[in-house]
Amino acid sequence: MNNSHSFDGQFEFKGTAKTWSIIMIAVGVIGLIAGFLTNGERTFADLLLNGYYMSCVCICGIFFCAVQYVAQAGWSTAVLRVPQAFAKVLPYAGIILLVIIIAGLFTTHQGPNEEGKITTIPYLYKLWALKGVTDPHSENFDAVITAKSGYLNTWFFLARLAIYLGSYSLIGRMLVKYSNNEDELGGMFNYNKSFKMSVIFLLVFGFTVPLFAFDTIMSLEAHWFSTMFGWYNFAALWVSGLSVITLTLILLRKAGYMQWVTEDHLHNLGQLMFGFSVFWTYLWFAQFLLTWYANIPEEATYFYKRWEPQFKPWFWLNIIINFLAPLLTLMSRDSKRKVQVLQAACIILICGHWLDYWQMIMPGTIGAAKGSEWYTILSPIDLALFVGFAGLFIFMLLTALSKFKSLIPKKHPLLEESLHHHL
Amino acid sequence: MSSTKYILGLFADPDEMMHGIDTLQKNSVPIYDVYTPMPIHGIEKKLGIKDSRLGYAAFMFGCLGGTTIFSMAYYMLVQDWPMNIGGKPAFAIPDFVPITFEWTVLFTAFGMTLTFFYATHLFPGRTPRVMDLRATDDRFVIAIDAQGNIPHEDITNLLKEAGAVEVKHNDRKYVSYE
Repeated sequence: MNNSHSFDGQFEFKGTAKTWSIIMIAVGVIGLIAGFLTNGERTFADLLLNGYYMSCVCICGIFFCAVQYVAQAGWSTAVLRVPQAFAKVLPYAGIILLVIIIAGLFTTHQGPNEEGKITTIPYLYKLWALKGVTDPHSENFDAVITAKSGYLNTWFFLARLAIYLGSYSLIGRMLVKYSNNEDELGGMFNYNKSFKMSVIFLLVFGFTVPLFAFDTIMSLEAHWFSTMFGWYNFAALWVSGLSVITLTLILLRKAGYMQWVTEDHLHNLGQLMFGFSVFWTYLWFAQFLLTWYANIPEEATYFYKRWEPQFKPWFWLNIIINFLAPLLTLMSRDSKRKVQVLQAACIILICGHWLDYWQMIMPGTIGAAKGSEWYTILSPIDLALFVGFAGLFIFMLLTALSKFKSLIPKKHPLLEESLHHHL
Repeated sequence: MSSTKYILGLFADPDEMMHGIDTLQKNSVPIYDVYTPMPIHGIEKKLGIKDSRLGYAAFMFGCLGGTTIFSMAYYMLVQDWPMNIGGKPAFAIPDFVPITFEWTVLFTAFGMTLTFFYATHLFPGRTPRVMDLRATDDRFVIAIDAQGNIPHEDITNLLKEAGAVEVKHNDRKYVSYE
């Protein structure tokens, strides 16, 4: 085993990676402009989708670090800088998401409300952020939303989002700071502090992540609710985040960095991706089966929209791509250890969970009004903005990564265990 | 010809045992097997042991379990006695998923356990066959088939040099039989 790695090499963000990320951002900007010129409603839905996805992936980086510290896991030390870089991107991703949501809440257009009547509605959260929705004399009055308005009102909503994203970003920053400090000083001091901070994060995260999903995504269809929705979104966050972490590691290794990451580390990440894909399916199915079986109209409305004949292929594709594909590709030991197979699985899962979020968001945001494309169509704007946000994420991630003095926490107390990790 | 069937080199330390394996392999002495009180990373690779095929058995048992209960549920709820439950069709596949999942897991778990017992000659109530009892406690044991591996003295010396605390020449393969 070769243990003579130099840990002092810094990541340099240049060359093809930089060019490509900028090209991808340019595609996104073109898509954004074209989107606003043709269909503002759809563009806002896409912005929300990608902003939420990017934030979730960054939050997953912090969650990954916190889980490793709390479990006192040794194997992950060698890969820890990548999720830490995710944590460093979260403040920016969070601000982008907040800006999108604020813009969507406060800009309005003429569109159909729930009953199909044309009125002035906001671009995002049109069901409950509509003007006069709680006023009995207004024609937009909605008794269900009024009953929920103690929780679901614009200012409390924005404050909550700011609190979630702010507290996650802050704790993520602290974890990165302790780890950088550890590189300088060594010893157990920073490790112990990271452990405590991770425990705090998991407590905060555990209680707020379902609410984060309820607020950002579920309230798009505010008449409907599902108690499974929060954990279903958490599973999507965790699987997609793990896929992005693994893909980043594979690409960094191919570019000649982080040579201490062996196929054993990748095997572990592959196992997590496999296991939590099954977990995602379990939650997806738990939500679906009970709704389908009970068939109560107010619950079934969510799946009713997604079972329209034009939408059904997407509905089933979601299960194939997010359950069957990882189940069959990642089941055997060998496929988790073959970099090409694992890389393909990562890409499938990243696209798959984008599609999953797409299904959660589109039916609730895009109306059947004249001029707006119906929600069952996958439009070029969707794809352009996905590419754009991917480029933006790559750019921010690699910039954050290049600021680390070393690509491994070189004085982490469990470093040797990780370098000799063997499965 | 001596009556020795197996030569056992007992080591007190796993690193010394790994060194012992290296020494024996360097001198082309085939190793019958190695017994340790705890798992040692990298030893399978060193001894050239093939990957376990237990996973394939698990997969097959899982498929068997899933198929069994799905057919059973189909026979009971669709073929033999269709019932109207909440207006759902008799062959309501989503309803079949939880029980199919449960039986797949159940068959996999039991099947794997039984396969493991069968492959390792273990079974509840059966006295396990052990070449040296201290291999279950604090000794790391390398076993060498004595038949055909001569001279025995040389092997003994190799093991001693590598750091074996004790070398045994056993006339019986196992110290414990049923």
